[in-house]
Amino acid sequence: MTRLPSEATREMRERYPDVFDRPASSRLATPLVIIVALAVFIFGLVDLDFAPSRLIAGISQLGWITLMMLPPDPGSSLPAYLAALGETLSIALLGTTLAAIAALPVSLLAASNIVPSAIFRFPVRRFLDSIRGVDTLIWALVWINVVGLGPFAGVLAIAVADFGAFGKLFSEAIEAADRKEVEGIRASGGGKLHEIRFGLMPQVLPVIAGQVLYFIESNTRSATIIGIVGAGGIGLQLAEQIRVLEWQKVSFLILMILVAVAVIDWISNRLRFAIIGRRAIA
Amino acid sequence: MTSAVSILPESQLASLTEAYRMAVRRKRLRALLSTALFLAALTLAAVGSEVNLRTLFTYFGNFVSYFDRILTLDDGTRIWTNFGEWFWGWQKWLKLLGETILISYVGTLAGAVLAFALNFLAAENTSPSPWLRFVVRRALEFARTVPGIVFALIFVIAFGLGPMAGVLAIAIHSTGALGKLFSEIVENADMKPVEGVRSTGASWPSCMRFAILPQVTAGYASYALLRFEINVREASVMGFVGAGGIGQELVVAIRKFYYSDVSAILVTIIVTVFLIDIATGWLRARLFGRGARA
Repeated sequence: MTRLPSEATREMRERYPDVFDRPASSRLATPLVIIVALAVFIFGLVDLDFAPSRLIAGISQLGWITLMMLPPDPGSSLPAYLAALGETLSIALLGTTLAAIAALPVSLLAASNIVPSAIFRFPVRRFLDSIRGVDTLIWALVWINVVGLGPFAGVLAIAVADFGAFGKLFSEAIEAADRKEVEGIRASGGGKLHEIRFGLMPQVLPVIAGQVLYFIESNTRSATIIGIVGAGGIGLQLAEQIRVLEWQKVSFLILMILVAVAVIDWISNRLRFAIIGRRAIA
Repeated sequence: MTSAVSILPESQLASLTEAYRMAVRRKRLRALLSTALFLAALTLAAVGSEVNLRTLFTYFGNFVSYFDRILTLDDGTRIWTNFGEWFWGWQKWLKLLGETILISYVGTLAGAVLAFALNFLAAENTSPSPWLRFVVRRALEFARTVPGIVFALIFVIAFGLGPMAGVLAIAIHSTGALGKLFSEIVENADMKPVEGVRSTGASWPSCMRFAILPQVTAGYASYALLRFEINVREASVMGFVGAGGIGQELVVAIRKFYYSDVSAILVTIIVTVFLIDIATGWLRARLFGRGARA
């Protein structure tokens, strides 16, 4: 690189003081943030017992486990695994549908263009927020206390956890809807319910359907997890096989989950596209 | 404003009406069919997941009274009448909560660094070779699709019980999730600076460092913060499988029916998650503000 003559640099310095002569505070800010972040990181490593010997031992152990996982082999329990996978998909589908059905009326109450009074809206929103703040796994544990071990507890856990999420998403979709169609209905003499049914729902339903499909997809993943605490599905099998160190079965189960998630992904993408496409034509 | 409405002759109108009816009928039929299909799938799912409405009706009272019970102290009074008794274990819980946050912090940072190292290889426009891109993308997909808690289950066996397994599980899952998001940012970056840097004879790493990185850092930081927020929730349940954090206390409290402890721990978790949401939201707004100004 050729050096610029000092004359030229001085001229540039004068013209762009905020590039050449930044104050020390702004020049030091980035390194300071990095140093603090690293310090906390190292403190975390020490505090959480990250001894190098443990790490190395664990990694070699992990290497062994990976070797033992190959080749994936279900043994004689393939039918049981397929049934468990069906259970997981059922949990996801049923839980999401229940949540959507329950959330639709509540989301109307949380939308500012349906319920203009903030006093009524506020408690509904906080209620939805606190439901959302509790993880699906925790809901699963609670429902297991109520209806016993098994996939039904999983359905209810997903339904409750998603009820909070849907309530928020649906009310946002409703708030984003166009006022004009509602006004049109009112101008032709429709009541409040007519406004919602014919003015709002046709706009909102495709958005909601898209979100529900997306949640069915992501709940397939959640439904695999809640089995770990005893709420049915393939997670139960997975947790059991990990506990008894049947690594070939474990890897087969993980593969099954990956394939199932990919297939659901594909189906729901197609369906979503079909729904959005239909709206674009209409 | 008046305008003449031309009415078509009867014969033309009839065929048009017929076509309209056909279209409506076809649409209705399609809606009916998909509803029937959906209902059939639901029924199948209900059978598959052993839905038992009688159990639900019999025990639904339990669900409602569960909240009554977790809001009651052992001596029968309401929890808010005696905070000292309700949060009797606050020192232990705060320590575990700190551990939870630390787990998610270390896991997120490690995951973000790994994702940072891999994302240039996974992005369409910067990857040095197509097969490398394929391999990296599949690896990231794997890390993203396998749930974090499954990694934790396996790591607990490999690394022993404790927070280390949780940190590594979160790190791997975050690598997968962030790697994808990061590489999408890179794919949206402007390629002209890269051409400029390459025209000076720079190598691939210098191209990334001087042409791509300045464009994408703000986006990276924003996504990493968002991930941190998600990981705090995730870390709070890692303890369910023995991978450290407050989840261990919670699962013990739920399983052994220490009702008031359940509500106390849940409240601490919800408040912490809420505070962290606000803090990272504020930080992200600042970052995006700076990114927009620069």
